[in-house]
Parts: sequence; C-alpha cells; structure tokens
Amino acid sequence: MVEIRNTRRPLVLLAIVVFAQVLLLAFQVRRTARSERGEVPLIRYWTVQIIMPFERAGTWTASHIGGLWSGYIGLRDARAENLRLRSENDRLKLRNRELESDAAEVESLKALLDFRQEHPEAPMVAAQVIGSSSAMVAAQVISASADLSSHTLFINRGERDRIRRNMAVITPDGIVGKIVEVFPTTSQVLLINDRDSGVGAMFVSTRTHGVIKGGGDGAPRMEYVENDEKVHNGDAIVTSGEDRIFPKGLPIGIVADAKQANPFQIIHVRTAARLDRLEDILVLLTQQELNLEKGERAAAASASSPSRTPSPASSAKPGTPRS
Amino acid sequence: MSYTLTPGMQSETNVEVHKYYSGTIFGAAVLALMLQAFLHKYGGWSELVELPLLVTIYFGVSRRNPASGLLLGAAIGILQDALSHDNPIGLYGIAKTFVGYLASSVGVRIDTEHPIARFGLVFVLFHFHQAVLATTERVLLGRSAPIFNLRLFVASLVSAGFGVLLFALLDRFRRP
Repeated sequence: MVEIRNTRRPLVLLAIVVFAQVLLLAFQVRRTARSERGEVPLIRYWTVQIIMPFERAGTWTASHIGGLWSGYIGLRDARAENLRLRSENDRLKLRNRELESDAAEVESLKALLDFRQEHPEAPMVAAQVIGSSSAMVAAQVISASADLSSHTLFINRGERDRIRRNMAVITPDGIVGKIVEVFPTTSQVLLINDRDSGVGAMFVSTRTHGVIKGGGDGAPRMEYVENDEKVHNGDAIVTSGEDRIFPKGLPIGIVADAKQANPFQIIHVRTAARLDRLEDILVLLTQQELNLEKGERAAAASASSPSRTPSPASSAKPGTPRS
Repeated sequence: MSYTLTPGMQSETNVEVHKYYSGTIFGAAVLALMLQAFLHKYGGWSELVELPLLVTIYFGVSRRNPASGLLLGAAIGILQDALSHDNPIGLYGIAKTFVGYLASSVGVRIDTEHPIARFGLVFVLFHFHQAVLATTERVLLGRSAPIFNLRLFVASLVSAGFGVLLFALLDRFRRP
C-alpha cells in the first residue's frame, strides 16, 4: 500500500505543478493590459537582470577577442580604416535613403499640385508630414530570446540611455524592429519577422499600402494588398509611417514572391536588413516626441475626420500593428 | 557512486541512478539558457538546437527521479519563458514539466546509456515537447502553432545528434 502511494506521488506532483502553471497562464492572459502599460512581470525582470550581464560579458569577450585578432594581429591599421569607411558608408546610406524618400515625396506632391491646378474646384485639406528626428542611439546586440519560436533580441542600451518602449530600431540597410520592453541597462527588441510584429508599409513604385507581418516560419509577409494590385518580384517596400513607430520612407525590403489568394495576395518579403546577422543597430529616439505630438494630431485628425479614409495600418481590422 | 533503485511497482528492475558533482545540474541549466539566448541571435543552425530541452532530458533520464525531473523541467521552462517576449510565463514551463517527468519515467524502464537509444529518446521527446507546446498555445492562448512541419523534423534530428554529443560530455561530470 505504501509502495503504491509512493508510485503515485510523482504523478500528483506533476498534476499540481502543471495545474499551477495553467493558473499562472490564465492569470497572465487576463492581465495583458498590464504589459501594455509597460510593466514587466517580476520574474521576467529579474531573470533578464541576472542573465543579461553574463550575456553582455560574453558578447564583449567574443567581440574583443575577435577584434584583437583582426585589428592588431591580423591587419593592424586596415581594420581601423575599414571601420571608419563602414561608418561613413552607413551614414551615406541613411542620407541616401532620406533623399530617395524626399524625391518620392516631391513626385507625389507634384502630382497633387498638378491635380490641384487641373481641378481648382475640388476641395482639399492640407496635411503636413511630421518630420523624423535624427536623434538616435547606437547599440549592440547582446543576446536573443531563449525561445526559438519568437524573434526578439536584447541590446546593451536601456532606460538610462533614454530608450523607451515602441522606439524604432533600424540599421543603415533597413528597419529591424521596435523596442518592446525596457530594463535599466538593457532593452528587448521585437524583430519585424516575429509573428506579433506589424509595420505599416507601402510599395515605392505604386505607393500601395499594406502591413508587414511576421510569419510563423520567421519569414515576413506583406498583407492586405488587394489582388488587383500588380506586384512584381523585386519591388521595393518602405515604411508608410502609419504605425507611428517608423518614420516614413525607411527601407523594409523587396518582394521575394507574390501570388494571388483570397481575399488578399500572399507576398513574401526579403528584408533589407539581415535579421540573422545583427550586431550593431540604431535606436531612433523619437517616441517621446511622437507621444507629445499625439494630442495635437488627434485634435487635427478629429477636425478632418469626416473626409479621412482609413488606411491598412491605421484601421481596426486584424493585423493592425500593436504600437 | 551508483546504487540500485526499486521504484515502486517496478521492483523487479534494477537501474543505476547517477549522482553529479554539486552545482552541475544548476550550472548546466543556467549555461544552457544563456547559450541558447546567446546563439539564437545568430539565427540559422543555432535555431535547430534546443539546449534547455536537452539538459532537461539528460538529467531526467540520468537521475531517474520523476519528481526532481519534472521540477527541473518546470524551472528551466519558466526561466526560458522569462527570457522571451511574447510567451506568458508557464508556456515552456508546462511542456518541459511533462518532458522532465517522462524522461525520468523512461529512464527507470529502459537503458538510456547507448548513443542510439539517446538519439531516439531525444528525437521522440523533442516532438512530444513541441506537441505539448503547440497544444497549450492553441487551447489556452488561442494562438496558432505548428505541431509538426519539415523544419521541426530537421530540428529534431539535429537536436538528437547534438544531444548524443552533449550527453557524452555531461557524463564526465558524474560522480564515480
């Protein structure tokens, strides 16, 4: 009798531990509002606080051992020069993107102006694009999620470096993701290929809007593009600015593959930034400005709301970016 | 040190229970979590190996104690959840609790010292872990998650192969 009780003891313990975790899950699902207010569960906070210093040390050691070899033993001055040129190249790439975006905007405004001149009787509401600040912080990727199904990264900048939730994370090649959780010296970045991610996007050539969402396989897709739209492999996709996180005109990637489906096309996207080779990234410190301006824009939007048409990224349909 | 165990109704079966140097289990678990997070940022092949799962299986099988196996699985799973973003705490915890329990129970019944047995065990438990994970996600969280696909099949083979090597390495930390 005693032996039977001993045999069942692990089974009872299994039931208790699993039941406790199911309760914990249910409790957290009910408390999702708390996470949206920016609060981090205590266990997650302390785990990150304890583990990340070691990850940071590991990254630092790996980077310095690699740097010692390639910078001093291997190539000496060539590495320093290469770093300088890469930095300059990155700066020029960013500038080039800005100019390309400006040129596209000029084209768009020119078309509007032509339309205005051809149809002087049509009523029009003037709108102003809010400019992006160039303030940004460089950061280094120190770790990723321990869970293989989610695509997140930890960077070595946090609250002390003025990082806040929902700030955009980019590289000179293209956008990377957004800040989802901030710790004192570390932040967590949700990559654009994560299934919970959503980015307002548009095609450069046709200006058709859609939403970039991560797939379960880690490959992002552009969603909510009608079947009538002509989409070709290699078409460039940039941010539309409608998610209020990424400034308009930043490169996202190109169309890798597009096929007709019901109700929208299935468009696979090859990201411009190499999401599996991220080492150094930039965080745009624009979120606070956006928050300050939100009130003013809300007032402006409500004033012009009768004539406003909802866009894919700002409407309330499924897939709206969680900003 | 090894000794015989008569686990309840299995009193006819004598199995060897392995002991480890102090701190080995804790160190291996923390190191697995840290390495998983560190290597995951490089994507590619590193996404095919589930180190925390391998550690859960190894110590479950070796110690052959279902209670400690499931508790170790729960602890590793909960810490793994804590290091992710969109997982509520407990998602991996539940899956690894079951794996820890199952690995310990299997360890009591069959020989798990041979590399082929270890390969098969990791392969099966990898898919069991994924099935529990996907079911929990679907039923409790209403999220879609794959139970089986080609990528998971490849990952299970890679994890099983890596597991054989890792288990051989961890065998060296056994107390004589």
